[in-house]
Amino acid sequence: MSVLLFLAAALSVVVTTSIVYILVSESWSFFATIPLWTFLTDTQWTPVFAEPRYGILPLLTATLWSAGIALVIAIPLGTILAVYLSEYARPAVRETIKPMLELLVAVPTVVYGYFALLFLTPLFKQFVPGLAGFNLLVPGIVLGIMTLPYIVSISEDAMRAVPGALREGAYALGMTRFQTAMRVIIPGAFSGITAAYVLGMSRAVGETMILAIAAGQNPNLTSDPREGAATITAYIVQMSMGDLPHGSLAYQTIFAAGLTLFVMTLVFNIIGFFLRRRFREVY
Amino acid sequence: MTDIAATASEFAAPEEAATVSAHTADASISIPHALRAEVRNLSFWYKEFQALKGIQLPIADRKVTALIGASGCGKSTLLRCFNRMHDLYAGNRYDGEIVLKPEGENIVSRSVDPILVRMRVGMVFQKPNPFPKSIYENVAAGLRIRGINKRSALDERVEQVLRQAALWNEVKDRLDSSAYDLSGGQQQRLCIARTLAPEPELILLDEPTSALDPIATAVIEELVDELRKNVTIIIVTHSMQQAARISDYCAFMHLGQLIEFGETEQMFTNPGNVKTQDYITGRFG
Amino acid sequence: MAAQNIADVKGRTEELASVVSAARRKDYIFAIIGVLVLIISMGMLVALLYDLFVDGIPRLSWDFLTSFPSRRPANAGILSAWVGTSLVMLVTACLAIPVGVMAGLYLEEYAPKNWLTDIIEINVSNLAGVPSIIYGLLALGLFVYILGLGRTVLVAGMVLALLILPVVIVATREAVRSIPVALKEGAYGIGADKWQTMWHYIIPAARPGILTGAIVGLSRAIGETAPVITIGALTFIAFLPPAPVQGTPPFVNFDWLSAPFTVMPIQMFNWISRPQEAFHVNAAATGVILLAMSLMMNAIAIWIRYRLRRAHKS
Repeated sequence: MSVLLFLAAALSVVVTTSIVYILVSESWSFFATIPLWTFLTDTQWTPVFAEPRYGILPLLTATLWSAGIALVIAIPLGTILAVYLSEYARPAVRETIKPMLELLVAVPTVVYGYFALLFLTPLFKQFVPGLAGFNLLVPGIVLGIMTLPYIVSISEDAMRAVPGALREGAYALGMTRFQTAMRVIIPGAFSGITAAYVLGMSRAVGETMILAIAAGQNPNLTSDPREGAATITAYIVQMSMGDLPHGSLAYQTIFAAGLTLFVMTLVFNIIGFFLRRRFREVY
Repeated sequence: MTDIAATASEFAAPEEAATVSAHTADASISIPHALRAEVRNLSFWYKEFQALKGIQLPIADRKVTALIGASGCGKSTLLRCFNRMHDLYAGNRYDGEIVLKPEGENIVSRSVDPILVRMRVGMVFQKPNPFPKSIYENVAAGLRIRGINKRSALDERVEQVLRQAALWNEVKDRLDSSAYDLSGGQQQRLCIARTLAPEPELILLDEPTSALDPIATAVIEELVDELRKNVTIIIVTHSMQQAARISDYCAFMHLGQLIEFGETEQMFTNPGNVKTQDYITGRFG
Repeated sequence: MAAQNIADVKGRTEELASVVSAARRKDYIFAIIGVLVLIISMGMLVALLYDLFVDGIPRLSWDFLTSFPSRRPANAGILSAWVGTSLVMLVTACLAIPVGVMAGLYLEEYAPKNWLTDIIEINVSNLAGVPSIIYGLLALGLFVYILGLGRTVLVAGMVLALLILPVVIVATREAVRSIPVALKEGAYGIGADKWQTMWHYIIPAARPGILTGAIVGLSRAIGETAPVITIGALTFIAFLPPAPVQGTPPFVNFDWLSAPFTVMPIQMFNWISRPQEAFHVNAAATGVILLAMSLMMNAIAIWIRYRLRRAHKS
C-alpha cells in the first residue's frame, strides 16, 4: 500500500519532468531552425507572416509591462491591507475579510477579462487620452486586483508569524501600532513579504485570459501601455485557437514561448520558495 | 492586536480608591525611603476573573522591589499594570490607582494614554525579545520613536547604555550585525539596554533570567545591582534566592492578594506571615 | 537619571505627550488608509459582480441552458458548454482527489526524511506556481500527440487534475497534520496497524479538511480556460458527447471520454471576442453561471472549514 502512496507522491515529480521534457524537446527543434540569439534579440514576432520573424522581445516586454503595472497596484495596496489585517483589525473583522479575499481568488480569470475589456476599458477611455480598445494598462490593473488577495494572504501570514513577544516588546517601548508595524513587524516578516511579491510577480507573468481578452493579440514592441500588445501567454492562446499542424515551426513557436515563460516563473518561484523557507527558520 | 484604548467599562472615582482595602490591614504602608510610585487599592480583572484584589504597595525610589509568590499569584499581572500592557487585550479592567511620584499621576486612569505610560515606564520580558534589526538599531529604537534621530546624539546614548548594560565591550565592533547573532544572555542585556536608553522613570523586569543559564543569570543580577544606584526597578522572580540577592524590598503575593511587604532582609530572616514563611522556606510554590 | 523635581517630571511628560500625540495621529491616518484600501478592494469585487450581473442576468433563461451555440446571439445557449464542463469536472475529480489524497498521506505519514522526500516537497510547492497555460502545453505535447489521446474530454480532465493536484495534496497534509496525536496513538494502542489506522481513523478525521481542499481545487478547475484552449477544445460545438449512462447493458458507456467538447469559460471567451454586443450579453450570462458555481463551491468550502474550526475549539 505504501508503494502506491509513494507513486502518487512521485507523480508530481513525473509531471515536472514531463513539462521540462516537452518544452525542451519541442523548443530544441525550434532552435535548430532559429538561432537562440535571433530569438532573444530580434524585435519582431511574426511567425505566421510570409516573411516570418522570431524575436521574443515584443511578447516579453508586453508580459513585463502588464505584470509591472499589476505589481505597482498590488504591492502597495496588498502590503497596506496585510498590515491592516494583521496589526489593526479586530479578530472578528479579520475573520470576515479573509474569506472575502479568498472569494476574489475564486473569480475565474475569464470573468476578470470580461470586466477589463467591457467595463473598465470603456470607463478609462473617458479620462486616459489615447487609450486603445485593446491596451496593456487596463488588463494590467485588473491583473493587479487579481494578484492582490494572493499578496495579502502570504504577507499577512508572514506578519502573523512574527512572535507576539516582539509585538509586546515594541508596545512596551511606547510604540503605536503603526510604529510597531513599520519598525518591528515588517522587518521581522521581511523575507515572507518579499516572497509574496515575488510569487505575485510569478502569478502575474503567467496569467493568460485577462491579457488574451483585453490586451489584444498583436505582437507589438511598445513602451506605451496605452497600446495593445500580445503577451507570451496571449500568443500561445491565439495560436492554439487556430489550426496548428503538429511538428510545424509555428507549432514549435508556442513551446519556445512557453519555455521562456516557464523559466521566468521558475526563477521567481525558486526565489520565493527560499525566501519563505528562510523566513520560517528565523523564528 | 486589539484596540489600545482602555477597555475598562467602569472606573472607580478617586475617593473610592482611597478607601481602606479589606484585604490589607494597612491602607498605606510606610517605608523609610522616598517613593517613586505607589499602588493604592488596585484591583484587576481579566474579563470576569479578578486577578488582583486591593493591592497596596509602595515603590521606593532607586531601589529594587521584588514581587514573589507561586505561579498564578498575580505578580506578573501586577507588574503589567505598571505599563498598561493589559490594555493590548480586550476585556481587561483596572480599578484603583498606581500613582507615579512625585507628581502623583494615576497611570491606570482611563484618561491617561497607555502609550504615554509606556514611554515613562520601561519593561524587560521573560524571554529576550530583540527586534529583527541590528544591535545598534535595537538600542536606538526607543530613542527614535521619541523623536531623537540625530546620529551624534544616538551614537552617544547607545554607547552609554550599552556600557551601562555591561555589553559594550562585547559588541562595540559589530554594532551593525543582527541582534540575533548574540547569545541568549547578551540578547537579554541588549533588551535591558534598549529599555534603559530612553531613561524611563521605572523599569519593570518580568522574570528576566528565567530563560537564561546560571552564568548569564549572574551577569544580569550584577547588572541590576549596578543599575539600582540610578534607576527604580520592580522585578518579578520565581527564585527566592534571586529575590534575596538583588532586592531591597520584597512583596509576597498569594491568590491575587498582597500577603506581606517589607525590607527583603527582614522578610527573609523573620517573615511576619505563616504563608510567607512556608513559601520562602520552600514548603509550597 | 531620576528627575525628582515635580516641575522637571511634568515638563518631561508634556514633551513625551506631544511626541505621543504626533505618533497617534500617524497611527490614525494609517488606520483610515487601511480601511480605505479595504473598501476599494472590496469595491472592486462588488463592481465586478455588479457589472457582470447587470449585463448577464436578464439573459438567463431555460432556453439559454438548453440551446446549442448559434450564429444568431438571441438563439445561442450553453448546453454543450455546461455538459462539457460537468463531464470534464467528473474526470478531474475522479483523478485528482484519490491521487492527491494518497500523495498527501504519503508525505505526511509515510515519507522518510531523505533527499527524495525533499525533492517531492519542493516539487509540489513549485508545481503550484507553474502557470496553467504551461500545463496546457504539457497536455498538448504529451497527451494529445505522444500518447495520442486526442483533443478529448479525458485529456481536459487529466490536465485540470494535474493542475489542482498541489491544492489537494496541501489540503490533505494540513488536514492530517491537524489530527490530534492522541487519536493516532489511541488507534495504534488498540492494535491497529498503520494502514488500518489510516483507513479507519486518519482519513475519516481528516475528511472535512480534504473535502475543503478538493472543492477549492475543483472551483479553480471549473474556471480554468487557458490549458483547455491549448489542448484545442472547440469553441463552437453543436452536439453533445455520448451519454455516460444508457438504457441497455452494460448501462455505462465510456465513449464520452473520447468525445470532442467545449467548456463554459471557453464559450464565454469566444463570445467576449465577438464584436457584436449581443454576444457580450451571452458572455455575461455565462459568466454569471460560472461565477455563481465557483463562488458557491468556495462558500461551501469556507463553511466547512468554519464548522471544522468551531468543532476543534469545543
